Amino acid sequence: MRAFGIQQFLLPPPSAITAAFVEHFDELMTVGGNTLFEAIGGLVIGGVAALVVAFATARWVTASRALLPFAIAANSVPIIAFAPIMNNWFGILNPLSKMMVVAVLVFFPIMINTLRGLTFVDQASLELMRSYAASELAIFAKVRIPNALPYIFTAVKVSATLSLIGAIVAEYFGGSRSVLGQFIITEAAFFRFANAWAAIVVASAVSIAFFLIIVAIERVAIPWHASARIAESS
Amino acid sequence: MSDAVVRLRGVDKVFGTGADKTPALQKIDLEIPKGAFVSLIGPSGCGKSTLLRLIGDLTQPSTGIVEVNGKTAHRARLDRDYGMVFQAPVLFDWRTVQGNVELPLEVSAKNGSARADRAKAMLALVELTGFERRYPWQLSGGMQQRVAIARALSIEPAILLMDEPFGALDEMTRERLNLELLRIWQQTGTTIVFVTHSIPEAVFLSTHVAVMSARPGRIIELIPVDLPQPRNDLTREDERYFGFITRVRERLRGHEMGRPGAAEVAAS
Repeated sequence: MRAFGIQQFLLPPPSAITAAFVEHFDELMTVGGNTLFEAIGGLVIGGVAALVVAFATARWVTASRALLPFAIAANSVPIIAFAPIMNNWFGILNPLSKMMVVAVLVFFPIMINTLRGLTFVDQASLELMRSYAASELAIFAKVRIPNALPYIFTAVKVSATLSLIGAIVAEYFGGSRSVLGQFIITEAAFFRFANAWAAIVVASAVSIAFFLIIVAIERVAIPWHASARIAESS
Repeated sequence: MSDAVVRLRGVDKVFGTGADKTPALQKIDLEIPKGAFVSLIGPSGCGKSTLLRLIGDLTQPSTGIVEVNGKTAHRARLDRDYGMVFQAPVLFDWRTVQGNVELPLEVSAKNGSARADRAKAMLALVELTGFERRYPWQLSGGMQQRVAIARALSIEPAILLMDEPFGALDEMTRERLNLELLRIWQQTGTTIVFVTHSIPEAVFLSTHVAVMSARPGRIIELIPVDLPQPRNDLTREDERYFGFITRVRERLRGHEMGRPGAAEVAAS
């Protein structure tokens, strides 16, 4: 970077970022942890809501008519427009305000994927269950839910990275000092770009770690799925 | 016949309504005696599968009556009198072989240990002992279809409905599974209704071959195949076996009356 003559405050050299990382290690871990907590909280809230709506929608046609338009409307709200209002509703310092932004952000991908998994079932499987005079409940438990699991995991993997983006964006609109978004804004405001970059590196690392944790859970939960099989044979 | 397991009287099946009305089956009268092995054969789209699904109460007749074991087909399904085998094995990837065979027993709320024993016995019957803990996707197509047969038999169905079960398999596997199916049929005494495209397969397996016409499907003739039991590889070289094949083929062709599709049907 020195070779290209880029000025230090625009893009600090890796050595400066590393130095900032070491110097502020404890603080970065704290702010990273706080943001991860918001991201996980939001993912849980949004994910549970999404699963409930998806199950109701798959089970009852009336529920699908009643709920789907709202879900689509909620999805079309730009999340940045939402963040200040959530701060207002749940308190600017309350992590719940950030979680709600994340929840709204992850709700739709999880809901729509789960719904697809529950309804996109091989017709022959359903006929087979009907030939055993299986109840709707048994069909749900033994066919629809296992069928939906790979779809749910795909959605949660996408949502893991989304949830960190949502949490940090929400933090830009104000909040406790010790979160990634506020840390980055403050350090950048004081031209301490090496510190800001160190925080960005932490944000990426946290995001990757979150993603990998969900991949690990997926491997354990659905070892039968094709994605795990390929890994096994290679 | 008083001991008929399946009895269809004046059954019509029409798909769609209004201008889109398509008659699929017309005036089907059929009686299947207990312990029989009946094949349904006919040109593509003649309604063989629909007829099978009518017997299994997976679809309902437009007119007419379907009785199974002296009950309505619906009642028979609720009583779990059916075992179904489709062209695709339709096994669940998330269950082991054992788990797949136990599925119908779980649905009918059989208790755990009896369930496991029954599944093991059925897997032994289809010669898959030792594969209990494997997953379906670790098995070959022929083995998967044998798991499907074990699963269908696990609830001791009064009647086994098979919809082109070996249609997707290679010729050698198909011939081997034909022999196995006959052995299972003889050991269990189950009544079997079998849909197939293959004339030799129908003749080799069946006690009766129901020859069907093109749409709307009707049963042209129910041909009793009185080749000696038990049948084996020698049956396939028996002169009378070829006689029956020719007879079924001529019935199919005769009814087609030289329509373009006739040659294909005869060749299949």
